[in-house]
Amino acid sequence: MRRVSLAAVAALAGVVAVLAVACDGSRGPGALPRSPDLPPPPNQQQLRPLKGEIIIDGSSTVFPVTQAAAEEFRRYAPDVRISVGISGTGGGFKKFCAGETDVQDASRPIRDTEIEACAQRGIEFIEVPVAFDGIAVVASPRNAFLTCLTTPELKTLWRPEAQGKVTRWKQVRASFPDQPIKLFGPGTDSGTFDYFTDAINQKEKASRGDFQASEDDNVLVQGVANDPTALGYFGFAYYAENVGKLKLLAVDGGHGCVEPSFETIANSTYQPLSRPLFIYVRRTAAERAEVRAFVEFYLSKSFTPVISTREVGYVQLADPIYVALTKRFRAMRTGTLWPQGIEIGATLDRYLQ
Amino acid sequence: MAAETPALPGAELFHPRVRLRKGLGSAFLVLGVASVVFGLAMLAFLVFDVVERAIPWLRVEFLTQFDSRFSDRAGIKAGLYGTAYMMFFTILISFPLGVMSAIYLEEYARDSWPKTVIQINIANLAGVPSIVYGLLGLTVFVRWMALGRSVLAGALTMALLVLPIIIVATQEALRAVPSSIRDASYGVGATRWQTIWHHVLPQALPGILTGNILAASRAIGETAPLITIGALTFVPFTPQSPLDRFTALPIQIFNWTSKPQAEFHDLAAAAILTLLVVLLTMNSLAILLRNRAVRRRAG
Amino acid sequence: MQQAPTAGELPKLLRRDRMRDLRERAIGAALLTAAAVGALTTAGIILSLAGETIRFFGQVPIVDFFTETEWTPLFSIQKFGVWPLVSATVLTSAIALLLAVPVGLIAAIYLSEFATLHVRSLFKPMLEVLAGVPTVVYGFFALTVITPFLQGFVPGLSTFNALSAGFVMGVMIIPLVASLSEDALSAVPVSLREGAYAMGATRFEVATRVVFPAAISGVIASIILALSRAVGETMIVAIAAGMNPILSFDPRVPIETMTAYIVQISLGDTPYGSLSYLTIFAVGSTLFFMTFLMNVLSFWVVRRFREVYD
Repeated sequence: MRRVSLAAVAALAGVVAVLAVACDGSRGPGALPRSPDLPPPPNQQQLRPLKGEIIIDGSSTVFPVTQAAAEEFRRYAPDVRISVGISGTGGGFKKFCAGETDVQDASRPIRDTEIEACAQRGIEFIEVPVAFDGIAVVASPRNAFLTCLTTPELKTLWRPEAQGKVTRWKQVRASFPDQPIKLFGPGTDSGTFDYFTDAINQKEKASRGDFQASEDDNVLVQGVANDPTALGYFGFAYYAENVGKLKLLAVDGGHGCVEPSFETIANSTYQPLSRPLFIYVRRTAAERAEVRAFVEFYLSKSFTPVISTREVGYVQLADPIYVALTKRFRAMRTGTLWPQGIEIGATLDRYLQ
Repeated sequence: MAAETPALPGAELFHPRVRLRKGLGSAFLVLGVASVVFGLAMLAFLVFDVVERAIPWLRVEFLTQFDSRFSDRAGIKAGLYGTAYMMFFTILISFPLGVMSAIYLEEYARDSWPKTVIQINIANLAGVPSIVYGLLGLTVFVRWMALGRSVLAGALTMALLVLPIIIVATQEALRAVPSSIRDASYGVGATRWQTIWHHVLPQALPGILTGNILAASRAIGETAPLITIGALTFVPFTPQSPLDRFTALPIQIFNWTSKPQAEFHDLAAAAILTLLVVLLTMNSLAILLRNRAVRRRAG
Repeated sequence: MQQAPTAGELPKLLRRDRMRDLRERAIGAALLTAAAVGALTTAGIILSLAGETIRFFGQVPIVDFFTETEWTPLFSIQKFGVWPLVSATVLTSAIALLLAVPVGLIAAIYLSEFATLHVRSLFKPMLEVLAGVPTVVYGFFALTVITPFLQGFVPGLSTFNALSAGFVMGVMIIPLVASLSEDALSAVPVSLREGAYAMGATRFEVATRVVFPAAISGVIASIILALSRAVGETMIVAIAAGMNPILSFDPRVPIETMTAYIVQISLGDTPYGSLSYLTIFAVGSTLFFMTFLMNVLSFWVVRRFREVYD
């Protein structure tokens, strides 16, 4: 009797599972180009015999870029052991300023409390922006009325005072239908949240609290896709992977409606929701041959085109900036060029000086 | 039957109600089977969902390749080695420590308020969230003892995490051994340790092993403390020594499920399946040991 | 097989063996050291939590912590009332136990008293596999399978909710309750059962009125362990219950438990040393204190009801 019931249950479960998989939504074709053929680095011969260990930790947003760099670098320097962690930007800086890591991945510039902590331990750092990330604002494909939102409208929707009060779309724009608003966003402890609130509400972390939050952007994708009255925001890479499931909205930052894409993020026309991603290299680590080689590889043409591919999902910087950054790195220029922290809509031209 | 024998005084008060009572038993039997089947059905459901997604990705390269941003080149070699290596040390540390603590508490310590305090202490530790152990491990093992983010630091942290479970389960197993066995042993002149080693422990072994299986199963799937102590996510090499850096399967799974590319979610399912297979093997081995111990005791 | 000692040898054999005494003493000391590790761990946890907690309460009045009903340390307008997190933990744990205790106990009684040895040796390990499924897997299972399923007949169930998370936590805990209770039940001597059978009791009556009460201390211990596990569970609730700290006992809305909050901060971008970062230590201390009180209570209860067999 027991064997029969077990088999019956298993069969039932199997049928359900098959049905669930068959009804899975379409997978995006991936709006990003596939991995290009990359030229090998000019100093290929010097890379081969390199040995050593590089410890990298920090933001989970920057992780895919650094992972890709490590993977590519190891093709030329297989004996260099590079390990990458995701303790978060804050946790990563704590380890970095304690001298425990060589390179810090950061989705925002270093803060003054962290600069102080580093200074106390005598840790000097070299700041290197490596890519751009865009924040995509999305709705369900079944939503008929949303195409472009202005930044004042986004503010009406997301500011702290909106909590409990702005609950229907008509309140955001009179021409919208009178339907309920359902909001999705990243967790309140993420760099994406910090940046979005700073850009839209002009104050970091100032936001209404009644939205569905998740640290996992995949979950947000699902939530928005299933609800025709929903709106959400998260990293551009997650939109690009789910193009068929989501409706991308344009954002009007004062210069017309601009949809995020490679081009608009790279040339800074998608504002204010583009932000730079950084790595911070410990000065004493940068004196080691393998670390130096790795960072220069990271900024070289043998790697940077990979950033804008489907497997990584971010946006590479303009070539002159990479060249300038390499020069700065070789000269070991320490300190941050963002004394006020995140600046919305700023470009990276400051590194060209 | 009753009509044939002479009625005893007070017989009219005796209602055997055999049918009802047996009926209750049968009803309960159904309930019992149902509850076991429920648990197993949930397991089957989970496993089916995982297997379904994992099948296209199961090939030898999956086990022999390191992680990659390309889904067709990504594998769990680093996670597999890391988890195995770390678990080996975790068990090595926690099993003897846990069993020894339980033996002391149950067989040696006299009932007194310090003992009560320690008991409550240990039961309390079983409920501390795993991430707090991560913070503890970071402070003590990674920093103070300067072990860095190594396999050993991870193993020590995990050992502390599962220690309370082992202690509690072992204590219960020891407590269940009837004191007549101990008394008989003392009666023939054995010392306390001889009694324990030769009589109590073998009797309690099945229960101890149960506790250890549950503890090790718990340790294998833990993610949060490892991330906190800095077990890394992308590690394109296998640890060469206990002091080397490492990653673990649950961390790789967690990382893959958070990626935007859908293939990585299926890769995660494949990694989960591998983990479940490892668990199943571990469990089966432990069951085998437990059954052998039970049989030896009965025989 | 050794020769039996002769009368002449006995005094030599029965003389006080110094080596043996020393060995016994040494073993006792080793065991004590092992037990001390448990105490040291608690000391370590308390020390690492206490410092930062004190610093937290230096900046946030402790009264606010326990009287405010909003928890918004990560927003620009910061509020530090801990009750939203506590209520979420209580809610999810309650749901989990509501599922795990009845199912687990019934399964344990069934496996111990009704099932044949064959069935038991097959099903018990299979149930234990449930305990080994990594909690991240459970979390995603709750989110991607259980929640959509429940949304079919629970009105107003949102993507993140306490019901799915609690349900899946309960499933995870079933083997804890079942396996440990079953061990306790099996340890009840056969003589007790046989006595009851001899008096004409049915199997059900023996199970519920003789064996179960005899094993009650082990059963309660397993339930307490399960409760501790539920309260301390992190990944399932972090993934499936939500990150919305609100004070509510509605199982259909997103909430945030104490453990999920700690994870959120630890893996996030909060700078070390800031007030927001210190909140995890305050929450961690609260969690620690809560489980401590629970365990003191259970300890006392078990003490009162433990049965000694002979």
